[in-house]
Amino acid sequence: MKAFLLYKDQDFDFGAELPPNHKDLIQDLEMGNVLESMALGDKFLFEVSTKVALASLRDPEAILYRQRILVDCIAEPEIVREMYAIAVGALEDKRGIWAYSSQIPSSILSGAVNQLEAAVVRLKQLRRIADDHAERFHSAGLTTLFRTLQRELDDEYFRTISFHLKQLRFRDGQLISAQLDRDNSGIDFVLRSSDRGKRGWKERLGMVPRSSYSFTIAPRDDAGANALSDLTSRGVNLVANAAAQSADHIWSYFIMLRGELGFYVSCLNLWDRLVAKGETVSYPEPRSWPQRVMSFTGLRDMSLALRSERQVVGNDVDASGQSLVIITGANSGGKSTFLRSVGLAQLMTQCGMFVTADAYRASVFDGVFTHFIREEDASMTSGRLDEELSRMSTIADEIRPHCLMLFNESFAATNEREGSEIGRQVVSALLDAEITVFFVTHQFDFADGFHRQRADSTLFLRAERRSEGQASYKLAVAEPLPTSFGEDIYYQLGGWLDSDSDRPAALSATTSASEERLAHGLDAR
Amino acid sequence: MADGTTRVPDLHPGNQPGHAAGEPASASPAPRRFISLLADGAPERADLYGREDRSFAADLNLDQFVGKIAGVQEEPAFIASLLYTQLDDVDTVHYRHEVFRDLEDLPLLGQMQEFAELMHQVRSHLAQVHKMQYQYQREGWFLDAASMYCKAVQSLVDALGNAPLGSRALCAFRAFLASYVVSAEFELLIADTRDRKDALAQIRYCTRIRGLRVDVSRYEDQADYSVEVLETFDRFKQGDAKDYRVKYRGWPGMNHVAAQILELVARLFPDEFQALDEYCRRHAEFFDEQIRRVERELSFYLGYLDYIRPLSAAGLSFCYPDVTAKSKAIFAVDTFDLALAKKLVSEGKPIVRNDFQLEGPERIFVVSGPNQGGKTTFARMFGQLHHLASTGCPVPGNAARLLLFDRLFVHFERKEDLANMRGKLEDDLVRIRAILQAATSNSIVIMNEIFTSTTLRDARFLGEKVMEKIIQLDVLCVYVTFVDELASLGDSVVSMVSTVVPENPVERTYKVVRGPADGLAFALSIAEKHNVTYQRLRKRIIV
Repeated sequence: MKAFLLYKDQDFDFGAELPPNHKDLIQDLEMGNVLESMALGDKFLFEVSTKVALASLRDPEAILYRQRILVDCIAEPEIVREMYAIAVGALEDKRGIWAYSSQIPSSILSGAVNQLEAAVVRLKQLRRIADDHAERFHSAGLTTLFRTLQRELDDEYFRTISFHLKQLRFRDGQLISAQLDRDNSGIDFVLRSSDRGKRGWKERLGMVPRSSYSFTIAPRDDAGANALSDLTSRGVNLVANAAAQSADHIWSYFIMLRGELGFYVSCLNLWDRLVAKGETVSYPEPRSWPQRVMSFTGLRDMSLALRSERQVVGNDVDASGQSLVIITGANSGGKSTFLRSVGLAQLMTQCGMFVTADAYRASVFDGVFTHFIREEDASMTSGRLDEELSRMSTIADEIRPHCLMLFNESFAATNEREGSEIGRQVVSALLDAEITVFFVTHQFDFADGFHRQRADSTLFLRAERRSEGQASYKLAVAEPLPTSFGEDIYYQLGGWLDSDSDRPAALSATTSASEERLAHGLDAR
Repeated sequence: MADGTTRVPDLHPGNQPGHAAGEPASASPAPRRFISLLADGAPERADLYGREDRSFAADLNLDQFVGKIAGVQEEPAFIASLLYTQLDDVDTVHYRHEVFRDLEDLPLLGQMQEFAELMHQVRSHLAQVHKMQYQYQREGWFLDAASMYCKAVQSLVDALGNAPLGSRALCAFRAFLASYVVSAEFELLIADTRDRKDALAQIRYCTRIRGLRVDVSRYEDQADYSVEVLETFDRFKQGDAKDYRVKYRGWPGMNHVAAQILELVARLFPDEFQALDEYCRRHAEFFDEQIRRVERELSFYLGYLDYIRPLSAAGLSFCYPDVTAKSKAIFAVDTFDLALAKKLVSEGKPIVRNDFQLEGPERIFVVSGPNQGGKTTFARMFGQLHHLASTGCPVPGNAARLLLFDRLFVHFERKEDLANMRGKLEDDLVRIRAILQAATSNSIVIMNEIFTSTTLRDARFLGEKVMEKIIQLDVLCVYVTFVDELASLGDSVVSMVSTVVPENPVERTYKVVRGPADGLAFALSIAEKHNVTYQRLRKRIIV
């Protein structure tokens, strides 16, 4: 029996390692907010959400399989949450029962029988839900699940289980077969299910060789009694193994069910949170290669939307057919937010979730990679450029054709001429390897180089400022300009670097915090 | 229980009460000349060949690898003794080289390793027999030992039969084995052992336990209940299940209940067990002495090869040195410190190899240069190489010609006693004088960083005195020093310098070359260092 709620025909591998760049993705795309809104403080759900969100699907059909289940879940949230509660409850029951730490097979056996009895109760609960609610679901994933429960857990089967659980409590002696080991002691002990070895009358009259001999342990022979119970224990070794493995199999069914349902329960949590914020979401349209599609309207950074008080304004971009998108323009003009919104939406698309956009249509990438400028790196032993290039090298170990690579102010830790040259070499190599690249930069030399050489396959976006000098965070399709707007912003913020006393407290926090303020037009004044 | 202990045949070798009954007619073999793997026409104890010298073991780090090689062997003291014993004739060196060359054939080596392992098990089995309390247990264990012995001998005969042997030692042993396996004694052992094993393996029985009563009966095809249980819950199977079977260690050791059950099993199957009694009396002494000797000496070769295998796998070469007692025109190509290489290979770090060569009047390497550059390693390596060559082992390197010396003298600075400068200097001088007095023109002398506790002026003065004496003795010598002047004391002196790779600590190597110090400068761009230039990335990301 399988849950098969995350894949049509396979289990989700919760034991798999997260992708090597998961820390970068979570940090750079500020996924923490989204994952917390999914988990609502539940450690297990946080783990499940993280694993599923980062294990991107590569097949549009597989994505749609999850999307349809998610639609069902959002329509019937109580039933889904109840099933999840049963799986969680079953595993709590298990924890309450003595575990098989013993090295004595007869103890293992009685522990396993207790566990099987507990598991049967939970299985019956699942069957009842299937009986009561199956017709309210329409997705392939959930209808199959309910049908499986009804077929595999019929009444006849519950009767068979209960017969064996009684048998396994046997106390009226066991028949154990054995062979001779290398030192002629017993080996390969096997518990046998019936006794056909009765002595016949011919044997009793001495007409055929005797087929049975007996002895009895003296009542005070404690060592002998121990040896005997040891022998019994060896005899039930295989049966204890069978029972314990059976219990484990049932638990692993519940474990899988808890994990896979856990993902949808997390999605329900996130949905509730977004609805409460007045955010609208949509289900993205995944496209398979070789179509190079990346087109959206009203795309908002979900992470920002979750922590922001105000409605976030979205971007409309059609980069379909382009292999490189270069974003230039005013500092704090929403460039980084835009880059994050693309990365986050792409990851959520590829794990089967909804996105905060009016519409989102994109190719399914083989992986999403981020290389963001890191300003806080205090532990560096080598120089900053060294660190940046070392991170780039790590990415190069993993990245393949048909991946999406997001750069944010990369290779700016040196002078512009050198930084541009390194950037040009890196990006050219990625493009020639059929990798799609988004690059936020203020290095005009770099951006202009691609404008001159790869204009037809490159989309240039620019963060504009409004006429009164205030940053807008809607991006426009526009060529790079040789200047940035740092000076403007500086003065707009009141020249707070000139004197400490002028500095507004909120702006001494992180870049993203100040970006957010500007993004919402929250001027320091 | 009493009748279980009275009928025990004594299985101690050399004391066979039932011997006459099962004695085969042709069982008195002619006295043989013993074959040794260690030396041609060896005396009774081949380990007494040559001269054992451990005086330099710690300084040359020989103790590290002798410890590693010998420590895992059944007789560490015997192996260590062989590894410290320097041979004094070229022929015995060649005798051992021949065996090593034969063992280069990997299938043959594998067979020899298996043979050694099996024989070891046979002997530990036989040792355990004497500690066992119950007759049928003892007999089963004895039979098992004999069975392993037969298999080991037979598969070795097959292996040697097809192997392209070139060594005098293994050819002689093959000839011996060929006659041994067709002897009536061995053929009977084989047949009896197989019959007994087969008969016991057929036996199946059942025990039914109710309270304190145990019934023992023949097994009559009753079904395995665990299969039924697994089938019932099979539909939940999610993948491979954890194995809950408790691992029981059955032998050696048997309690009295198990022994009683075995007694009853023996009554259910009387023919099988009577035949077993008979077998044990007849074959009480099956282990051949010549085979035992070869197996013991084989561990010298196998131990050394085990040690160097990971090094060879890491790309390091070993060679059979041209060992000579006559010429001092020695050389070695791509050689290295055996103990250091072991450490670096296990850490996955690269090993730098060195060459050295002496021609014409050259006798002495004076090694100078920056610290941490491999000077001491070079000196150790030179000493290790010569010592190893004198034991008949292959040595590190692609090719080598080495002196079969009469004595190897090593003087390394002692780290202790730094408080007492005068005492230390005096101690150094006393030890050096002793060496220079004992050394002959066929000796090898290795001196490492002596006189560092003195002033440069003293060190130069004393160093020159020592060098004069060494030159005069005409010995082969490595002299590690910080006194540059010692490198130019005449035609017999060759100046070697250590070099450092300053860039990357991982790549810091121990290259020692002829000539003056030569600073290496690397000017790699940072991008190239990280392999993220256009060209490198194009190669790394495969389309």
